Amino acid sequence: MARVVISVPASTKRGEVIEIKTLAAHVMETGFRRTQTGELIPRDIITQLVCTYNGVEVFRAELHPAMAANPLLAFTTVATESGTLEFKWTGDNGYAATQSASITVT
Amino acid sequence: MRSFALVLGVFCTLLAAGEIPLAERRSGYQFMSRETRAMQDDDATNPALLWLLDGEALWNRKEAPAGVACSTCHTGMQGVAARYPVVKKRPINLEQQINVCRTERQKAPPLAYESRELLALTAYVARQSRGMPVDIAWNETTGPFLSAGRDTFNRRQGQLNLACAQCHDDNWGKRLAGSVIPQAHPTGYPLYRLEWQGIGSLQRRLRNCLTGIRAEVPAYGAPELVELELYLMWRARGMKLETPAVRP
Repeated sequence: MARVVISVPASTKRGEVIEIKTLAAHVMETGFRRTQTGELIPRDIITQLVCTYNGVEVFRAELHPAMAANPLLAFTTVATESGTLEFKWTGDNGYAATQSASITVT
Repeated sequence: MRSFALVLGVFCTLLAAGEIPLAERRSGYQFMSRETRAMQDDDATNPALLWLLDGEALWNRKEAPAGVACSTCHTGMQGVAARYPVVKKRPINLEQQINVCRTERQKAPPLAYESRELLALTAYVARQSRGMPVDIAWNETTGPFLSAGRDTFNRRQGQLNLACAQCHDDNWGKRLAGSVIPQAHPTGYPLYRLEWQGIGSLQRRLRNCLTGIRAEVPAYGAPELVELELYLMWRARGMKLETPAVRP
């Protein structure tokens, strides 16, 4: 289950800096660990998170091994206009998750 | 003079080995860094939220044989987790009670201890008691099991020959390697432990400690672990539940 959670303020004033928090359920298996019998556990991580604000990319993160499981990413952007923030996570083994939130800017 | 010093020494040891006075009790939360506290306090950053959402879905899911969901019978579960483990014939903890409901009412197979599903359901139920005081009384029913739990807590065991009390009653606040020794109040379970990178039950934590002192580790759900859980909850009576807590 690709469970993701985002937190975006529902409304704010134009020009305000808003904090956005994202949480994605993922094992983030590094690809360096071995089982007790010595076999390599294949890498399985989220590789990218992209956030667009009314279609314009405002944040992009590329993730690598050695990130903790269930990565929590928080970032800020400037509230310019009312609209939709869209989030897209992609990763190994075809992992993909999307989530969106609307914001009212006055 | 020497005998006086000896008596004094023995007296000091006895004094040190006592239970923590009620007013001096501290939740593990108070030993954490500012960042970890912030992570627990904000629902948007507490990673246990991912399990709570799964738990909510499971709570409302009708199980096949009987076609009954938890929510078919139960409405709110406020305060329930504050009373567990509950003593029926024996003490049973919240995880075990969920499985009793599953097998008896839902006619479904029990969930494996420490499985993602059981942890999610337990966390979802316990979350509803967040902020409520732990409500365990020492009375005729609970007494025998509480004393058994206290005996386990005070008994030296394992290759290191340590009792729980030696760290958690006598030396809390000091450090074991780099980590602060907390008072062992189980007020936030199931909790998200950063070291585990996931949610775990109190029994997982107890089994960890027992492994640490190189003692024999009882299986999940073993009566001695539930008795210890019961004693620890009584020890934390009146303290507020923090479920789901975050710990380093």
